[in-house]
Amino acid sequence: MSEGSSGATSIGAKPVETLDAVVIRFAGDSGDGMQLTGSEFTLSSVIAGNDIGTLPDFPAEIRAPTGTLAGVSGYQLNFSSREVLTPGDAPEVLVAMNPAALKANLEDLVTGGALIVDIEAFNEQNLKKAGYPANPLTDGSLSGYRLLPVDISRLTTLALADLDLSNKQVLRCKNFFTLGLVCWLFDRPVDPVLRHIDERFAKNLRLQDANRRAFNAGHAFGETSELFHQRYRVPPAAIAPGTYRNITGNSALCLGLVAATRRAGLKLFLGSYPITPASDILHELAGLKAFDVVTFQAEDEIAGIGAALGASFAGALGVSTTSGPGIDLKSETIGLAVKTELPLVICDIQRGGPSTGLPTKTEQSDLLAVLYGRHGEAPVVVLAPSSPADCFDMAVEAVRLAIKYMTPVFLLSDGYLANGSEPWRIPVPQDLPDMPARFRVDPEGFFPYLRDPQTLARPWAIPGTPGLEHRLGGIESEQPTGNISYAPLNHEQMVRTRARKIALVAQDVPAPVVHGPERGECLIVGWGSTFGAIRAATEALSARGRRVAHLHLRHLNPLPTGLGDVLRRYERVLVPEMNMGQLVKLLRAEFLVDAVAYTKIQGRPFKVSEIEARVETLLGGNR
Amino acid sequence: MATVETSAAPRLTRRDFESDQEVRWCPGCGDYAILAQVQRVLPDLGVPREKFVFVSGIGCSSRFPYYVDTYGFHTLHGRAPAIASGIKLTRPDLSVWIVTGDGDALSIGGNHLIHILRRNLDVNILLFNNQIYGLTKGQYSPTSEPGKVTKSTPDGSIDNPFKPLVLALGAEATFLARTIDVEARHLQDVVRRAHAHHGASFVEVLQNCNIFNDGAFDSLTDREIKADNQLILEAGQPMIFGRERSKGIRMNGMRPEVVNLEGAPAAELLVHDPSNPVLAYLLAQMGPPNFPTPLGVLFEVTRPVYEDGLARQVSAAQARSDADLAALLGAGESWTVG
Repeated sequence: MSEGSSGATSIGAKPVETLDAVVIRFAGDSGDGMQLTGSEFTLSSVIAGNDIGTLPDFPAEIRAPTGTLAGVSGYQLNFSSREVLTPGDAPEVLVAMNPAALKANLEDLVTGGALIVDIEAFNEQNLKKAGYPANPLTDGSLSGYRLLPVDISRLTTLALADLDLSNKQVLRCKNFFTLGLVCWLFDRPVDPVLRHIDERFAKNLRLQDANRRAFNAGHAFGETSELFHQRYRVPPAAIAPGTYRNITGNSALCLGLVAATRRAGLKLFLGSYPITPASDILHELAGLKAFDVVTFQAEDEIAGIGAALGASFAGALGVSTTSGPGIDLKSETIGLAVKTELPLVICDIQRGGPSTGLPTKTEQSDLLAVLYGRHGEAPVVVLAPSSPADCFDMAVEAVRLAIKYMTPVFLLSDGYLANGSEPWRIPVPQDLPDMPARFRVDPEGFFPYLRDPQTLARPWAIPGTPGLEHRLGGIESEQPTGNISYAPLNHEQMVRTRARKIALVAQDVPAPVVHGPERGECLIVGWGSTFGAIRAATEALSARGRRVAHLHLRHLNPLPTGLGDVLRRYERVLVPEMNMGQLVKLLRAEFLVDAVAYTKIQGRPFKVSEIEARVETLLGGNR
Repeated sequence: MATVETSAAPRLTRRDFESDQEVRWCPGCGDYAILAQVQRVLPDLGVPREKFVFVSGIGCSSRFPYYVDTYGFHTLHGRAPAIASGIKLTRPDLSVWIVTGDGDALSIGGNHLIHILRRNLDVNILLFNNQIYGLTKGQYSPTSEPGKVTKSTPDGSIDNPFKPLVLALGAEATFLARTIDVEARHLQDVVRRAHAHHGASFVEVLQNCNIFNDGAFDSLTDREIKADNQLILEAGQPMIFGRERSKGIRMNGMRPEVVNLEGAPAAELLVHDPSNPVLAYLLAQMGPPNFPTPLGVLFEVTRPVYEDGLARQVSAAQARSDADLAALLGAGESWTVG
């Protein structure tokens, strides 16, 4: 055992136990600052060298009534000395700031897990709001856990007693007290947190001082209180060399769009309408005007994508970001983009549906909608990132394909990827793929639908170019003149050509790569944010001797060449999805393989253990 | 400020703006006259042909871009203002024109229309108002008069119609004008002035649909009676109309009234002031049966233009930052392994 060395307030008096990994969840009222606490603790962990995975979970209401179950906000972090693939199935440590947070999260806590609670919050009023007939801290119902009751409110108040702050202001510092305590408990570096407190409250020195004090008080409490006999350390993970930062999916997606358009030499035009969980992309890009980024908060979803399509017509890369309900509204414009063959990137940050559904919860139920949810034959490219950091790469890929093939490209992220975070090795711009945008300038032999023989893309001829004046529109065009044509054979040719063009994108899609044996008992096929859970389950099953492999699809239309052959090499194919079985339908239809669906529609990601169990059931005694 | 540049290139003519496409409006449609006048005006505006973009929605009027040999985009029903916004914000140097109809702009696209006017992008909106749905073959429109009997209103329309200029004024448009398809010179003049205005120009063109709503504007176009029904507006001039120029408009308290000039001193007549929003509202409301229909520029004021504000923000951001992509990717807290 080694002593904790980081942190000014650490005196290193208590023993330190080394652990491989810890899953911790912070839960409290949505006004308790749990998201901030969680993200600060995450940062502290990555700086300590751990690999991490996070899962924020917050209510749709901005401020649901205080103390109620509806208002509980949570943030889960898995920090490890090994590669982290998911935020962890179940927390081993739960911080519950009030009875509602306890009630909403206790069932997830592993048996024997540590439970840190704020004693004062378990008063009669809060217990009643959470529906507890008796105080669980004293009625013995928590005997299966390691209960660590702390006077968080009282100790925070004491620490800030001489600061002339209102009671409300004082109690708002509780989260930093808690963070200080947890940082002590897991021997996290405190400097980054203190630095962030200074930055965050730079304009209010009293609050800066208050939060610093609360944090330090929490840290000191851990060291001095007899409640905590030891602390824990999770050593650094063996991570590939490089410079890293922690990044959420939405942030990575923004940076990918910016990096790609810079590489292509294009203006990035985002036309968008605020919607959860996509709005952060609009917020972040709005601050990047220096990078030739224009953001346009339109009057509605339709105008958002309409403006983006207009921008693409004018020579920018038009992007529209939204979630399910917005996709419904944008469908007609996407059809126009298919018909006019203009580049366009549509980011669908999926959430629970139908209708308003579960705005802050994750789901993968828009796949068939984006593939087929338009009238007429309207094929588009569909990509899906598999982790928060992968949102960067797939955003770059979306821009590259949109320009190269003059087509709308869908990027299917989801709420879990959008708000979840992981360490991201910061890329060097020069290493990004080359993707120059080429505008037609030569009037000689120009026709709007004259196609590149390699890609079938039509020329991008933008307004302002002399001699290329032409008209585009939704009415069927004659090949190659672009003139209006209702001719039967021309229509069939155009429909088939548009389909062939999208099918040709497969030449740009890497061959399917399986993780695990080339042949075997079972292939688990996933797409999108289920990557981590499936990969971790695959590894666990393999470790137990199962001949199981994992294939994760990032290109969903067109699918990679040779996919059917890969599927047929395994005795069983299991497709876990957070929907009613959409990809599995596609695979069965395309390849006539007896793929089996494993579906979960709870607004929450799969647990590793759930996938393991499902594979075991599928394979039965077949060992 | 983003202004459309003036060309030193050879003089353009009307023919330069005629595309090779066969015009497919019904014979006798008012759209032909509008197309011809616009094609006459475009060469004189000092804009190179390749810098014009005509954007339209869906409907008879929205076929317009196919017939003008410039860049053009025939888009979706009601959505032309949205698509035009993206074009203008991407390329403020382009001269962007939106051609739309009463159904396209005021019914399915009402939301986009009010927002582009509110934002005051420097675009020109030509709304062909024929008070009927033509392309879908004769249903009433949001400007059809109450009681209108059509295929979809066999017992007469019970909808209250929009007055397009009142709506546009409500959305705080900075340029409002009205003209008629058959008044060639007037139409040309209004189109020129719409182009000259820096900001969103909203032009209502009264247009006859000779198939489904023939004669809707006869009182304004019939040689015998039109002078009694048209109020031609000119800035700084008293509001006088009538075949003998014998009638005028004056205020009676808070309300306008028509007076015979014989009985009223000229000094009492309203004098047109396009910068006055109160007057603009009175004029936008005015029309049959008690008043003549105002034609010309009802209202013109300057207000910040959206893309100018955007350009200022972009310049300021570029002045603050050297747009270093590597620095952006590596921003925030980072750590190095190995």
